[in-house]
Amino acid sequence: MKKTDWPDKRRTYLQVLAFALFVAVLQYAFLPERSFGPPLVYSFFIASITWAIIDFGRDLLAAGDETGWPRGWRGIVMVVGAIAVGYLLGSAIANRLCSVFGWQAVDATNREALLRSSILITLLAGMAASYYFYSKGKSAYLERKMGEARRQADEARLRLLESQLEPHMLFNTLANLRALIATDPARATAMLDRMIAYLRATLAASRATSHSLQAEFERLHDYLELMAVRMGPRLRYSLELPPELASQPVPALLLQPLVENGILHGLEPKVEGGSLRVAARREGAVLTLVVSDTGMGYTPATPAGSGFGLAQVRERLLSTYGAQAALDLATPPGGGTIVTLSFPAA
Amino acid sequence: MNPPRALIAEDEPLLAQALQTELARAWPELRIVGVAGDGASAVQQTLQQQPDVLFFDVRMPALSGLDAAARLADEWPQDRPFPALVFVTAYDQYAMQAFEAQAVDYLLKPVEPARLHKTVLRVQQALAGRTQASQGAINFEATLAQLRGLLHAGAAPAAAPLKLIQAGVGTAIRMVPVDEVLYFEAADKYVRVITAGQEALIRTPLKELMPQLDAQAFWQVHRGTVVRAAAIEQVTRDESGRLSLQLRGSAERLAVSRLYSHLFKAM
Repeated sequence: MKKTDWPDKRRTYLQVLAFALFVAVLQYAFLPERSFGPPLVYSFFIASITWAIIDFGRDLLAAGDETGWPRGWRGIVMVVGAIAVGYLLGSAIANRLCSVFGWQAVDATNREALLRSSILITLLAGMAASYYFYSKGKSAYLERKMGEARRQADEARLRLLESQLEPHMLFNTLANLRALIATDPARATAMLDRMIAYLRATLAASRATSHSLQAEFERLHDYLELMAVRMGPRLRYSLELPPELASQPVPALLLQPLVENGILHGLEPKVEGGSLRVAARREGAVLTLVVSDTGMGYTPATPAGSGFGLAQVRERLLSTYGAQAALDLATPPGGGTIVTLSFPAA
Repeated sequence: MNPPRALIAEDEPLLAQALQTELARAWPELRIVGVAGDGASAVQQTLQQQPDVLFFDVRMPALSGLDAAARLADEWPQDRPFPALVFVTAYDQYAMQAFEAQAVDYLLKPVEPARLHKTVLRVQQALAGRTQASQGAINFEATLAQLRGLLHAGAAPAAAPLKLIQAGVGTAIRMVPVDEVLYFEAADKYVRVITAGQEALIRTPLKELMPQLDAQAFWQVHRGTVVRAAAIEQVTRDESGRLSLQLRGSAERLAVSRLYSHLFKAM
């Protein structure tokens, strides 16, 4: 059972009372020859009891439910049952009270007609009020859900952008550029061109969904060339794209997070550095892309962040190719990491 | 007075070269006695060369700049003043400027000449003050305090402290109640979990384990050692000023890092 939200209960009960008053006024308006007292007393007790059963029953039956209402038939049974009990108990109490006050509530002559109309009024009013509160609860729930989804999407986009425009990468690259401008302007210009291409591709990747394998390898080349300037002799790399596969479409910058992981968690932490290889091959109808490095190797202790890149690649593969795609991560005994992607060739 | 000597630790060769060039401009008397490409060799070269100033990149292979500085604090000879430390970083993830004890300066990459000039003035001031032994000791204490803060920055304690350690023993998993653990010790790729009479190995690194432990009950006394405070029987100081612990229920003596010796003072 969930904790009772007393301010919410009070708010709901006040609304129910206002509604009961409205029903009593309505009855008085249609039958002005009768006194105003009895309908008000009846309304008050029936509404209060019905409200109490439904509102506290909800906490009991729908504790885990996000809408705050029991689902399906249980909800309907609860509401109808509450109205019936509310009517029987409420009118019994009201009867007693009226006779104490000496109000003659029930005219002996058309007792049956009055009974029918009061049941009808109770039923209609009870259903209307329950429906109103149910829709209110549901729309609040939907709004909450939508807000949550929006926040999650925003977060994912932010994390993607953050991972691509990682501040260490950005400022270290700029620092290298600054150093090169003084010592080797020609190399600085070449590096700047690489950086511009890399940044442009990164920002465009959130819009374009796919590009050719040729374009993918060119972007990886830009990135690796930037890293090679930074790491000097500690980084060697090779990009192997057979010409017949150059026009194959791939999700834009699909391999980027894998290459980045290979450098960031594989080669950069290793004192002597190492090599990174990206290769594409085709076996029948299956296109296979391999990113391998001779770095530290993937361990459970690999710092957080690498998991995000891998999960992101897996998710993109899945959403593009479904069950026909596969991602495989291996740590060969000689050290390093091999990530193999395979999906249907175009 | 001899010209001041500096060591640069930076894994990116162009940046190491650039810092050297900028320093030659900002501080012509300064002699660069070495450039290290990773944290471990930075420690080694510093101990060999005993420079007056260190420029340490924060992110380096083998050992981060922070860990290298922490190791140096332990291994530095007591009779020599500790070098002035300047961290160099591309991105200030530790919010260095937020630390009150500004014993350690920091530079952001790309290094701007105006900012470097400020750092040079601060370091020169610190070196001038070092000639008095008391001032040197105060500087060292402040440096230790700031290093401690940096090393533990960002590790938010877990909501509920760990109760059980699950250690793999062959194909079985042994459950070790945390209440029985005397100390944890980092050993290569593992962490040793020592109880009275038994020992187990786990793969969770000490850095990840620590936030899950009750900080009141377990104290870090060394970069690789976390001890149950209540199990400490006695702390002794040897002639070179180093502290070591004697535990109840264990014959082993545990070394206390200088970084954490502030924990042990007679009341």
